[in-house]
Amino acid sequence: MNCEQMPTRLIGYLDGRAGEAERREVEAHLAQCAGCRARAEELGRLWVVLDELPALEPSLSFDARLRQRIAAEPQRSFWAWLVPASRAVWATAVLAVLFIWLASAPAPHDHVAVSEYGSEEEFRMIQDLPVLEDFEVLANFEALSELPAPPEQEM
Amino acid sequence: MARSDVQLMLGVKEGDSASFDLLLERYRTPVIRFLHRMVRDPAMAEDLAQEVFLRVYRARKQYAPSAKFTTWLFRIATNLALNALRNSRHRGPEVSIEDPADGEEETPLAVPDRAPTIEQRLVERARARQIQRAILALPEKQRVAVLLHKYHELDYDQIARILGCSESALKSLLFRAYEALRVELAPLVGQRV
Repeated sequence: MNCEQMPTRLIGYLDGRAGEAERREVEAHLAQCAGCRARAEELGRLWVVLDELPALEPSLSFDARLRQRIAAEPQRSFWAWLVPASRAVWATAVLAVLFIWLASAPAPHDHVAVSEYGSEEEFRMIQDLPVLEDFEVLANFEALSELPAPPEQEM
Repeated sequence: MARSDVQLMLGVKEGDSASFDLLLERYRTPVIRFLHRMVRDPAMAEDLAQEVFLRVYRARKQYAPSAKFTTWLFRIATNLALNALRNSRHRGPEVSIEDPADGEEETPLAVPDRAPTIEQRLVERARARQIQRAILALPEKQRVAVLLHKYHELDYDQIARILGCSESALKSLLFRAYEALRVELAPLVGQRV
């Protein structure tokens, strides 16, 4: 074992959780390496210092408060297993409504285009209305058929 | 023969409230102490501990003994503590994790009963604060690892599961954390009272 392997081995050695073989290896290294031995001693002293940290005692009302909260928990009925978790139901319902609303509502850009296109078409029809009316009159005007053929152009 | 945690939890699952009381009796103090060391605030630690046991109770029907009960219990406690610390940081100094202000009432702590003098008690308290500050200064993962390893003696695989890392990564994490504490607490490590 060398000094680079010590960091991960030292913790297990100091807390007594290392196996017999590993413990012997660490001890063999510590016996020959003053640096690692000094570090191990300091860590050992640190652990003693850390034991000085006082521990909080639970308040006397802790259990009573917890029992009160547990008693206030909603009891699930026999049929509750049929009902999935309410939060999931709400989330699904909201998503479904949102999806339907988005799917049914026309996209704002398309709506403008259609309405613009519609009014433009209407405008053109209104503009061309006299021509269409005239075309009908002209197409059915019999007198026009009696007109002499236009003179042929001279080459 | 005492029933194991898993047996008790399976009893809770079946609706046996006495089993829940036994689990509470077993783990009330360790959970509160862990949370107190995590967040420093005694009232907050108790509130969080209430939430831990309430969550255990709520999850009783889904409980499956796939791991040690304490792994599950301390994972809930760890997550709640880390969330509370993050929230308190976002909210500002409303919840202090530093030393109590001067004149603030000290909470009942189980200090070793050696009938110390007032002076000794003041020194002990100052040292305890220094230790607490050094632990709080550790990065979150290192802090959780040290607390669960040093004060609650959880197995490496349990702590690794709680932190979501490998055992070798945990050992490196622990070494770095103890090294940081050794440097920070050098005056205390060098001079024992």
